Amino acid sequence: MASIPTKAGSHAHDHGHDDHSYLHPKGGFIATIWDWASTVDHKKIGMMYLVAVLFMFFLGGVAALAVRLELMEPTRVIENQATKTVQVTGQLFNTNPGSIAEGNVIYNRVFTLHGLIMVFLVIVPSIPASLGNFLLPLMLGAKDVAFPKLNLLSWYIYLFGSLMAVSSALAGGVDTGWTFYTPYSTMTDEGHWRVVMMIGSAFILGFSSILTGLNFVVTVHKLRAPGMGWFDMPLFVWGIYGTAIIQVLATPVIGITLLLLIFERLFHIGIFDPRIGGDPVLFQHFFWFYSHPVVYVMILPGMAIMSELIAVHARKKVFGYRAVAFSSLAIAGISFVVWGHHMFTSEGELAATIFSALTYLVAIPSAVKVFNWIATLYGGSIKLNTTMLYALGFLFLFSIGGLTGLFLGSLSTDLHLHDTYFVVAHFHYVMMGSTIIAFMGGIHHWWPKMTGKMFNELWGSIGFWLVFIGFNVTFFPQFIMGSHGMPRRYASYIDEFTIYHVISTYGSWILLAGFIVHLFNFVHSLVAGAKAPPNPWGALTLEWTDAASPPITHNFHHEPIVTHGPYDYDDVVPPQTKPGEFPLPPPLPAGSAKH
Amino acid sequence: MSTLPADKDLASLQGLSYAETYHAAEHFRDRDHEFDAVKMGVWLFLSTEILLFSGLFVFYAVMRMLYPEAFIHGSSLLDWRWGLINTVVLLLSSFTVAAAVRDAQLGRQFWLKVNIALTFLFGLAFLAIKFVFEYYPKWQEGKLPGMFYSYPNWESPYEPLWWGLYWGATGVHASHVIIGMGLFAWLYIRAQKGHFGPRHYNAVEGVGLYWHIVDIVWIFLFPMLYLIH
Repeated sequence: MASIPTKAGSHAHDHGHDDHSYLHPKGGFIATIWDWASTVDHKKIGMMYLVAVLFMFFLGGVAALAVRLELMEPTRVIENQATKTVQVTGQLFNTNPGSIAEGNVIYNRVFTLHGLIMVFLVIVPSIPASLGNFLLPLMLGAKDVAFPKLNLLSWYIYLFGSLMAVSSALAGGVDTGWTFYTPYSTMTDEGHWRVVMMIGSAFILGFSSILTGLNFVVTVHKLRAPGMGWFDMPLFVWGIYGTAIIQVLATPVIGITLLLLIFERLFHIGIFDPRIGGDPVLFQHFFWFYSHPVVYVMILPGMAIMSELIAVHARKKVFGYRAVAFSSLAIAGISFVVWGHHMFTSEGELAATIFSALTYLVAIPSAVKVFNWIATLYGGSIKLNTTMLYALGFLFLFSIGGLTGLFLGSLSTDLHLHDTYFVVAHFHYVMMGSTIIAFMGGIHHWWPKMTGKMFNELWGSIGFWLVFIGFNVTFFPQFIMGSHGMPRRYASYIDEFTIYHVISTYGSWILLAGFIVHLFNFVHSLVAGAKAPPNPWGALTLEWTDAASPPITHNFHHEPIVTHGPYDYDDVVPPQTKPGEFPLPPPLPAGSAKH
Repeated sequence: MSTLPADKDLASLQGLSYAETYHAAEHFRDRDHEFDAVKMGVWLFLSTEILLFSGLFVFYAVMRMLYPEAFIHGSSLLDWRWGLINTVVLLLSSFTVAAAVRDAQLGRQFWLKVNIALTFLFGLAFLAIKFVFEYYPKWQEGKLPGMFYSYPNWESPYEPLWWGLYWGATGVHASHVIIGMGLFAWLYIRAQKGHFGPRHYNAVEGVGLYWHIVDIVWIFLFPMLYLIH
């Protein structure tokens, strides 16, 4: 995508061009703060999202560690017959030595907090709003997203919604589970505002999600650089595009559902309350009609990152570009017809059978992606750097997460596994093991572009191995105890599960150590990292070939003209690299077929 | 590529108005490019509105299926004549807003302002009828949602649920009418400053499309709530 200066880009020079990097401070401290707070630059908004999402990830992580710590030991009430006293052991949150009820409620609130923060404040906005915001215009060769002010608005809506959620948590938290199932969400903490506030915050965060999605769909349609057709777009853009479509089409439904849930809680109108004629299963239908598609809002961006990481760091053209691109859209489409598989135990048998059959359809585009990534790796010159390690980690963990989904999609095994730790382990392998792992890989991959600094590969790899091992140690035992019948959402359990819970908790500490290593590595890079060249990985997408590291405020000096595909490593020497740094592969022997 | 003078000062020296010298935001190639993008954004937003209301319609359908007698009796307590008058008011407003878009396209500044103002007033009339002749008497009689229900002459114990849906659906719709009126007030101020013309009428058209959706939702709500017995 070597660009040549053209007239098309030249009119941008009418208003004095800012050739500084977007990170260049504008005046003093206060002026810089105001510059960031009022910016419509997609790069700054993306960076603010990144910082906020990582902070929320820290908060949700603390809650997760607390949950794991509580589960180290089963809660027991020990009655001493001789002294007629009652003693509670193994309960972290307990303040009343005579009873476990209070501690159980606090346990519920902590895991609910973990789920709410991780889903609504971390994973849903994580990749699209941070990396997506930063990269989408750069990859398309645009100066900004289609509606920059709307972008800033969705950032502030996110901020406001997050503050509401956090204040609700600080006021004592909610005991509803992250799904807000009725009657928990309509009856617990009766008369207290914080449940309404938490539901309201999810409602408000939905608007942020809708506006971001809307912005991205229009950006992809309208702001591609000259010469960039639909099939010249990097696959990251395809994945984000599929995500954005789901965000726009699914989120309004949860909006109206949460609004009615608030009415229900405040006015008891009876939509979900069976005592006055309502139907709690109706809530589940509405909730999952949104929240199942949103599962793909969580995973599609991870898949989007994967295509870039694998192609760049194996220096190979993505195998089956169109298949990978269309599988993103297929996943987006199928996501709307499988919500019923969350409700196998609460819906009719016929519906369950149909939803089970439909659910298996998701496996097709998902497997297309996995096989194509593996085929891309085949014969590539693989560099085992931090980024590639994360990509391979994703392949490994997503395969486990995806294949265990088949157990849950099949009716007979699901009846056994429903609401056990098997489910917990399955969705953590997909949500954390895949999305967060891809997110970490993406942060490392684009770190030089975003910050203009290189990071330490050795410490990055150490961090990866700690995260990868810690993750598996935490969650693999949960498959085993789940299949043995350990139900989710209980603070207490029978003794035979103790060993699995102890291993799982040790794993969570390794995981913590891994993230701490990454944190120090990032801080070290910001403070003392080497200056990043514009194209350190020898990539061929526009953000590497045509923009500086970090990019200037207007992204490009001239509107880029796209002259080759995003993955033509066989034919194009990557621009903005030193001669000989990324040589072309040797020509194929005469007579051999070129794919 | 923009065909207009690039230099704003030159334009103002020539006595051109804002609408004639309007530049697209700098990340668009030209005004047409921006126009297409904005239009697509508005349509996507409208699709989210349709999905929002379709959620309400599904709730209505499920609850009606479960408790038909509550819905039939509840519906008979609504006065279809006020609903019909409001339908006519909204249809007229749809006409005036379409006329406003046409006025902007043709640069008829006076009629543009008149039609925006008329649409605003029709919205106000809709709300006035709704509040004075429908909401207020029902509030007085206790035909209220859920726990506030106190109307004595019920036939089905699930009538509070019906009133919950009635207030919920019309309330969400009325809030859209209020937002629309705010948008028309904003359009009027901008029209007065001469911001709209044949080359620049994105905002008028976008708000117009939104208003049509508000109208269409009412076209569905009216028979569902007032007419089906």
